[in-house]
Amino acid sequence: MENCFTIDEQPIPFTPGQTLLEACKSAGIYVPHLCHHPEFTPHGSCKLCIVIVNGRTVSACTIMASTGQEVVVDTPELNAMRRSILQMLFVEGNHFCPGCEKSGNCQLQALGYEFEMTTPHFVEFYPTLDVDASHPDAIIDRSRCIQCELCVRASRDVDHKEVFGLGGRGLESKLIINSPSGKLVDSAFAITDRAAHVCPVGAILIKRVGFVEPIGERKYDREPISAETDSCEIAES
Amino acid sequence: MRSENPVAAAVERYNSDPLYLVQIIREAQAAQGWLSRETQREIAERLTIPITRVESVVKFYSFFYDKPRGAFRLLISDNITDRMQGNQSLLERLLGRFGVKRGEVSADGLVSVDLTSCTGLCDQGPGMLVNNIAVPRLSEARIDAIADLIEARTPLGHWPAEIFHVEDNVQRAGSLLQTPMTPGRALDAAIALGRQGVLDEMKRSNLRGRGGAGFATGLKWEAARNAPGADRYIVCNADEGEPGTFKDRVLLTSHPGRIFEGMAIAGYAIGATRGFLYLRGEYEYLKPRLDAELDRMRLVRRLGPAIRGCAGFDFDVEIHVGAGAYVCGEETALLESIEGKPGRPRVRPPFPATHGYLGRPTAINNVETLCQATEVAINGGAAFARQGTKNSTGSKILSVSGDCERPGLYEYSFGVPIAQVLEDAGAARDVAAVQVSGPSGVLMTPDEFTRRIAFEDVPTTGAFMVFGGQRDLFEVARNFVHFFAHESCGFCTPCRVGTSLQRQMVEKIAEGRGTRYEINELMRVRGLMRRMSHCGLGQTAGNAIFDGWNKFRPAFERRLLALEFAPAADLDAALSPARAVTGREDEGAHFRAEA
Repeated sequence: MENCFTIDEQPIPFTPGQTLLEACKSAGIYVPHLCHHPEFTPHGSCKLCIVIVNGRTVSACTIMASTGQEVVVDTPELNAMRRSILQMLFVEGNHFCPGCEKSGNCQLQALGYEFEMTTPHFVEFYPTLDVDASHPDAIIDRSRCIQCELCVRASRDVDHKEVFGLGGRGLESKLIINSPSGKLVDSAFAITDRAAHVCPVGAILIKRVGFVEPIGERKYDREPISAETDSCEIAES
Repeated sequence: MRSENPVAAAVERYNSDPLYLVQIIREAQAAQGWLSRETQREIAERLTIPITRVESVVKFYSFFYDKPRGAFRLLISDNITDRMQGNQSLLERLLGRFGVKRGEVSADGLVSVDLTSCTGLCDQGPGMLVNNIAVPRLSEARIDAIADLIEARTPLGHWPAEIFHVEDNVQRAGSLLQTPMTPGRALDAAIALGRQGVLDEMKRSNLRGRGGAGFATGLKWEAARNAPGADRYIVCNADEGEPGTFKDRVLLTSHPGRIFEGMAIAGYAIGATRGFLYLRGEYEYLKPRLDAELDRMRLVRRLGPAIRGCAGFDFDVEIHVGAGAYVCGEETALLESIEGKPGRPRVRPPFPATHGYLGRPTAINNVETLCQATEVAINGGAAFARQGTKNSTGSKILSVSGDCERPGLYEYSFGVPIAQVLEDAGAARDVAAVQVSGPSGVLMTPDEFTRRIAFEDVPTTGAFMVFGGQRDLFEVARNFVHFFAHESCGFCTPCRVGTSLQRQMVEKIAEGRGTRYEINELMRVRGLMRRMSHCGLGQTAGNAIFDGWNKFRPAFERRLLALEFAPAADLDAALSPARAVTGREDEGAHFRAEA
């Protein structure tokens, strides 16, 4: 069949130019992801969207859909690998869900539930990371950053400000800010920026709205992340 | 008139072009020793780019410093071969002499001492970089002499030249190294063949890339030539970072003309007029002589417009110097670096042949591959293909180091058995293992020494590190694990976190607190990295532990507690801040497990 790939021998149609992840989404098939966002260029760094295509493990967000691909999306083995990725993200940062004002609207937490992550499993790194609360309207908490670069892409490609960047190598990589002092307050950042509203975790927090919506009644408290039809809207409390 | 402000001068030298950001930063640092926030801001302002772009480059590369370093920056090479040659005691000696701690600057700002990844001096180590200039054959006497020079504040230019003398150590020359090259001959041969003729001969030769992946060079060139787009580029990958490899250093030192002719021939074949040679930061000391060779070649029209008088054959080369990042050997990371960015590998496909430098068709080849291309041009593809094996034609240069009598370069026709190399290098007796192709390669044991160096059997970038029976193969794996944790670019989750998890667990084993649990976890993390990592670095970062455990189990097992599990938390270590605060060191301030 033209413009179709298969998942479990079921043909899935796609539009030429779509990535596998986009095509799956169009077909109502959930592929987990963190660094992907439909508004921005595919990134392929978080590796949660790994799928098996013709026997090879690839990122669904960066591989183009093509006719004849035999795709495996949802198996215990793949989901165990995704759980390990989530555990890696948890131990490399400092993620304390019960004390986090993003709880219930956080995609990392929601994916942890989705993939039945009951423990961090690995030994925690407990890095010492800066908080930047200098800006009147937002807080940067690097402890919670998962380096998806969505804010970097949003600020560069939509806001045309390049407020954010990633500095460092390996485990030392962290969010850096385009201002003479390196502080958010001295940057061109504004609360109306797209970049202020794309963080899938609690690394960019909007001030004064943290608990407007009670924990327990938030987006992923109400429904699992896999039930999302439109995961482009990042929930804020 | 050139500006006297070194930052302004560096920016001017590259026409205020942010594509040259890595080079501009390198030159600004060379003038000032380090890169203050003020300097970074000035670079950003002069290039009218966000400071985050400057900062992200500065923080990515090991040889860029955002904190002051000593006027003399000493970096001791820390490959496993350097360790076997005693670099640790030499490091201690240096630290003691200057009264500094590793990574710190002496109080008078004179000197800083640290370790660095393999400097490509394994055949004459331990190696060191003094302000990025290579110093081989470290010994106690040499360390003391260097310390004297530094204490006397002798400028590097006045140090005895002998200190910086790096040997070629060609122990066995094959078809490439033993054939003297008449300058211009390969270019003439290529012109005689014509552009299509060169491609045909390249394909006929079945020459495969010598950098590791082994892709057919002729096909790569053809793909770049056929890709749509006006501008095309040639890149020579001289980022020889795989620990244990140093053959490109010798080719760059003694055969630069051959490399540049190979690049020009590639340019001729695919229709490119510009080429870049990406020189690893550890080889920056070779840049002056490479520049001199480029000047010589331009003067006699072996480079530049109308090469050898052939109308339309225009090609020139510029050198980009890296700054200490192994991952830049990955071809798309290398392109990012040439474009002035941190060396994070791109998503592939698309491949550089169609979307390379600035998204244009680009052929990226290893130094040795381009040298071999000159042989193909001169002798023809059929003659080239007669040497070696069916699937691995021509010769391969091996960088032999470690426990052998005659370390250095050995060039063989493909298909040579490992045992033959060992015998020739004077390592026939009591060899426990050979690490072929570096930490990302494979660990071979004596029962595998009949296997052959070839793409279809044991492929290699060229590294060939020999470990005698006295060596502890756990320490070998441990060194490699630290290397990957240090060099992971951080882009993708499995490699960024996985390489550090490996390091954490291997250190626990090294401390004698590891159990079978850590081994199982190491194998699992290796599997995750291998399948999910974005590039070859993460995909191979677990090989060393995997091979070590499977082939030298006793070396690992004797370090394990005879337990299934021991907690990661070290209760006594956890008390150390409390001891520091209270100033106590008595028995009651320690937690000791009951005997």
